[in-house]
Amino acid sequence: MALRPCGTYDQSYAQDMAILRTRLQWILLIVGLVILFTAPLYLPGRWLNLMNLIGISLIAVLGLNILTGYCGQISLGQAAFMAVGAYTSGVLTAKLGWSFWAALPCAALSAGIVGVIFGLPSLRVKGFYLAMATLAAQFIIPALIAHPLEGITHGVRSLIVPVPKIGGVAFTSPAQIYCIIIPIAVLMTFFAKNIVRTGVGRAFIAIRDNELAAEVQGVNVFAYKLLAFFICSVYAGIAGSLWAHWMRALNPDHFSLIDSIWYVGMMIVGGLGSTAGAVFGVAFLRILDEATKVFVMWLSSVFIAWGAFLQAAFGPIVYGLVIVLFIIFEPRGLAHRWEIFKISYRIRPFAY
Amino acid sequence: MQELLQYIANGLMVGGIYALIALGIVLVYKSTSIFNFIIGQMMMFGAFFFWMFAQQFNWPIWLSLLAALAASAGVGLLVERLTLRPLIGQPLLSSVLVTLAMAYLLNGIAMGIWGAYQQRLPDFLPGARVVVGGIVFAHDLLWSFGLAMVVFVLLLLFYQRTRAGLAMRATADSHQIAQARGIDVRRIFALSWALCGVIAGIGGMLLAYRLGVSQFLSLVGLKAFPAVLFGGLDSVLGALVGGLTVGILENLAGGLIDPWMSEITPYIILLLVLIIKPDGLFGVKRIERI
Repeated sequence: MALRPCGTYDQSYAQDMAILRTRLQWILLIVGLVILFTAPLYLPGRWLNLMNLIGISLIAVLGLNILTGYCGQISLGQAAFMAVGAYTSGVLTAKLGWSFWAALPCAALSAGIVGVIFGLPSLRVKGFYLAMATLAAQFIIPALIAHPLEGITHGVRSLIVPVPKIGGVAFTSPAQIYCIIIPIAVLMTFFAKNIVRTGVGRAFIAIRDNELAAEVQGVNVFAYKLLAFFICSVYAGIAGSLWAHWMRALNPDHFSLIDSIWYVGMMIVGGLGSTAGAVFGVAFLRILDEATKVFVMWLSSVFIAWGAFLQAAFGPIVYGLVIVLFIIFEPRGLAHRWEIFKISYRIRPFAY
Repeated sequence: MQELLQYIANGLMVGGIYALIALGIVLVYKSTSIFNFIIGQMMMFGAFFFWMFAQQFNWPIWLSLLAALAASAGVGLLVERLTLRPLIGQPLLSSVLVTLAMAYLLNGIAMGIWGAYQQRLPDFLPGARVVVGGIVFAHDLLWSFGLAMVVFVLLLLFYQRTRAGLAMRATADSHQIAQARGIDVRRIFALSWALCGVIAGIGGMLLAYRLGVSQFLSLVGLKAFPAVLFGGLDSVLGALVGGLTVGILENLAGGLIDPWMSEITPYIILLLVLIIKPDGLFGVKRIERI
């Protein structure tokens, strides 16, 4: 971030380190937040549900981004860790009658612990092998939920989760649950942005850039890797808990390998190692997904003969193609494009 | 006792197919350092091509077999040319994710071309089941086990005796040095993917004979991953041993403990192997230098 808007000088360290440096940035942030928080007043339910899904996915992808984008450990098991959080929260509220607000931290913690367990192989293996270890989590966790724990999770017959409540107010409709999901998503974005600006975040980046060099410098590589797994899974657990109370019916099939690939794909499309990138990636792919659904519905009403296949085939083709094209042509993701746009805007009218 | 032996026999036979798929993965990994996550989809394509040629076009069986193998080799070539060649030199995550995304994409394409219904293959494997001492060997499983062994031997001969095999081994050692010695590394990559396509095609047809041709076939590829890591990613012998071991353990766990255990046993093995012996049983140990 070498380029500043013209006339902006830092006069203290606090100014130098601030995320938001100019008045315009503050105004944009506040206006954006106001629009975001007043959205239930004027957006229709369908849009709010899309926003809810974006919020939940954003939390999961932010966690993954800390693990993969900053600490450099590949994980293909984010959906499985979400399942842990979702089922913890679901069972605590549905079976034991806890309130949602007590179940949420428990869900985060339990997912975090499971994440650390599956992060243990990172002591010995890295890169591709670690991806396989997390892939194992992706198969083992849903199978455990579906079979040995069937007594408490109801397995494939779906667990019905109660509506979250504050006092006497129940959060049922999309607009009401929006009021829970979006503030938490904003808060988690704030944390994610700041975790990587601390010493812990710098240790993560050191591990990503060169593990041996980081260890020689005195970074406890194993502890920090497990911490990265813990943070990543805590995010997944919170996302899972919100998912549980948003869908209000849980099934192990909701947390399959495809979902994990979606989360990694969102992170790649947005841009690795960038909090803004996570937001862009999630919003882009979720909106694309929704647009594809609408388009296919229209297409299959025009070409009725193909209908059924079209609906099943079109989504995977579009999604797979987008990810492949992004990796080949813009591996640094939308965040990189955004940086280019910001820089060219700042130095306008000059070209360089 | 009888039951136990039956489980082991079944496991050994099913393990033959896993070993075959694992061989395909090892073949690609050795020369390109890319893990072939889409081998399940390549199997599915092989089986669907065979079904299309034999049942829809009514070609004779031998012709459809050859055509299907050629077509699945073509799928391998296309994947390599279109998605993986542009990624040479990119970080690992890119190649992992691009193959996973391709897997999803190929599933969609197969669904678009052939639909979601399960299809039956024609009866193309001669023979009947064999009973030895009360233990039943299904003839399709015997075929797949036998073919896995044949492919294994052919692959070893190919690596030891042919110029192309030698060039592939050189490429596996170091891309740069191989290139400096005049080996066309890109051709080797293409050859590896085409061969992998053929192997996946054979595996897919054999499996489809038993399970029918459907999207489900692509999931079986996932079970070969633990087999590959068990034996070591770059070892041909390891793929064979890993495939058979995973097959046997899976059948034992499924038969003796609970059927659902057969789904996750390969992955539990995978986790244990990764923690205890990260390079697998026969894999080459890589020492990291600064």
